[in-house]
Amino acid sequence: MIRGMLLSRLMLVLPTLFGVAVVVFVLLRVVPGDPIAMMIPPGASAADIDRLRALYGLDRSIAAQFGLWLSGVAGGDFGRSISLRQDVLGLVLGRLPATLELAGLAALAAVAAGAALALAGAYLRSTPGEWLIDAVVAVALGIPDFLWGLLFILVFAVLAPVLPVSGRIDPGMATGFSTNFYLIESIATGRWTVAGGLLRHAVLPAAALALPFAAIVARVLKASLAETEQQDYALMARARGFTRRRILLVEALPNAAIPTVALAGVQVTFLLGGTVLVERIFSYEGIGNMAIDAVINRDLPLIQGLVLTFALLFIALNLVVDIVVALLNPRLRRG
Amino acid sequence: MADLTTPALPRRRRAALNPRVAIGGAGLLLLLGCAVLAPLLAPHDPLEQDLFSTLLPPSWLAGGDPAFPLGTDGLGRDVLSRLIYSTRVTVVVALVAATLAGMIGSLLGLVAGYAGRAADQALSRLIDVWMAFPPVLLSIVLAAVLGAGLGSVIAAIVVIDWTRFARVVRAETMVQARMDYVTVARSLGLPGPAILMREILPNLLPLILTLLAVEMGIAVIVEAILSFVGLSVAGDTATWGGMIAEGRQVIRQAWWVLAFPMGCLVLTIFAFTLFGDGLRAAIDPVRRR
Repeated sequence: MIRGMLLSRLMLVLPTLFGVAVVVFVLLRVVPGDPIAMMIPPGASAADIDRLRALYGLDRSIAAQFGLWLSGVAGGDFGRSISLRQDVLGLVLGRLPATLELAGLAALAAVAAGAALALAGAYLRSTPGEWLIDAVVAVALGIPDFLWGLLFILVFAVLAPVLPVSGRIDPGMATGFSTNFYLIESIATGRWTVAGGLLRHAVLPAAALALPFAAIVARVLKASLAETEQQDYALMARARGFTRRRILLVEALPNAAIPTVALAGVQVTFLLGGTVLVERIFSYEGIGNMAIDAVINRDLPLIQGLVLTFALLFIALNLVVDIVVALLNPRLRRG
Repeated sequence: MADLTTPALPRRRRAALNPRVAIGGAGLLLLLGCAVLAPLLAPHDPLEQDLFSTLLPPSWLAGGDPAFPLGTDGLGRDVLSRLIYSTRVTVVVALVAATLAGMIGSLLGLVAGYAGRAADQALSRLIDVWMAFPPVLLSIVLAAVLGAGLGSVIAAIVVIDWTRFARVVRAETMVQARMDYVTVARSLGLPGPAILMREILPNLLPLILTLLAVEMGIAVIVEAILSFVGLSVAGDTATWGGMIAEGRQVIRQAWWVLAFPMGCLVLTIFAFTLFGDGLRAAIDPVRRR
């Protein structure tokens, strides 16, 4: 059953990516602005402009451009960025680790905080403690991530400037890395001051991304914990004299986690999409910030590469979540 | 065939009695009132620059001027007046974009849910493609492609968010299509479009209205995002998102330029959320118990 579901999902990956590529390609080709016009020096001759146009393939029909680009992509060549004049794949791969570290950090923090809130809320049912937790969750959920980011900037740039509000790392520390996974690498090699500096920069953007996600996790998990606690096996454990804490953690949590994981999958893609704006707000050098610059500069190859990268991440995440849910759920495991 | 739908009156009354609907609705009426009466409420022209009084703090702080109750921005424009005039863009975008997205999405969802496997497959694959886009990035790309202007912002929101309606309406249409009243209508010889529009659609309307309330809140957020990035309405038209972007620049000198539009945005989002949640709770028979 799992294998059949997986197979049918895998079969859809390539057509979906192809669809994304077509939509974005056509969309960008109807742009009224001319990307070449932005890169020519004043006084360039018409022949120069034509030569540039031909260099980027912009002199052909949309279908021909698409075919050319697609065959390049199939061979790992995403073209050259018009505004940065570098290989698109290299640019994206150079920035991707920053976004993955930020999103990963935010997701981990959100799941931990959400689960803690849900357990506390379930444990404190019908007490003022539960109402307090419900109120916190409602506020965290009601405000979108970029507004949290701006709020943090307001607080941490004006009221209490204790944490950095822009960039990924202090410029002086950004040396001696052999990968772009700065955080993972600095932890793996035991460079604790560098890791600490990276974390201090990541705290606020990660928290902004994490808050709405944590709230969703808390709300759904708390509801299914309450439901699970009423199941026969949980009542049985209670009748046998186990403490509520034990029942919540050992009996209820593993079963209540399944719907939460399924929902968290969708939410993680929202979180990843949220990096676009949050990176912008905190001047964090990931692919989201790069994407906004690419749009403003009408850098068609770079926009295409970045949108496709995001789409690939979204699809991969959803696939992973489906597999995890299937593995967790005993009803799907059989058969 | 209105008598085949579930009784509407008690449901409507329950929705009005719900405190969340009442509080959220009051907030939304306030928003609408500000938008309509902006010229009467605003103490200044929102575009009027006074370069001798730039970045004045709110009037109750030291150095504030009572003529500018919430202070001025970097060009000496009155923050309060700009906040009030911004509600016009907010209200128009919320109403028009959400309604259009709702109409297009619901129509596609109805057809896909009723017209059989081929139509359903086509729509589902299209939705798969849409769900693979990061929505914020897609809206930014779209707004850039379409150029500045209220119409572009609305179009960008509709193009992104029709799927919210299509997904839910498609699933619910499938449920309804299996019900007895649809079978009866079909055996009476009613054509497909008539069954969809006159029999199934009325039963989906409460659901669609709830989705609309949620979508309006989302449209307000997306408009704010686009004007924050500088891709919304043209020029110096006041928008909360644009004011937030300006406030971000001068945050160390003048926190109020950022704080007040953020507060307005947050309150508006909460009003829409309360209203939508309350409606859903009042309409959904499972959650009503």
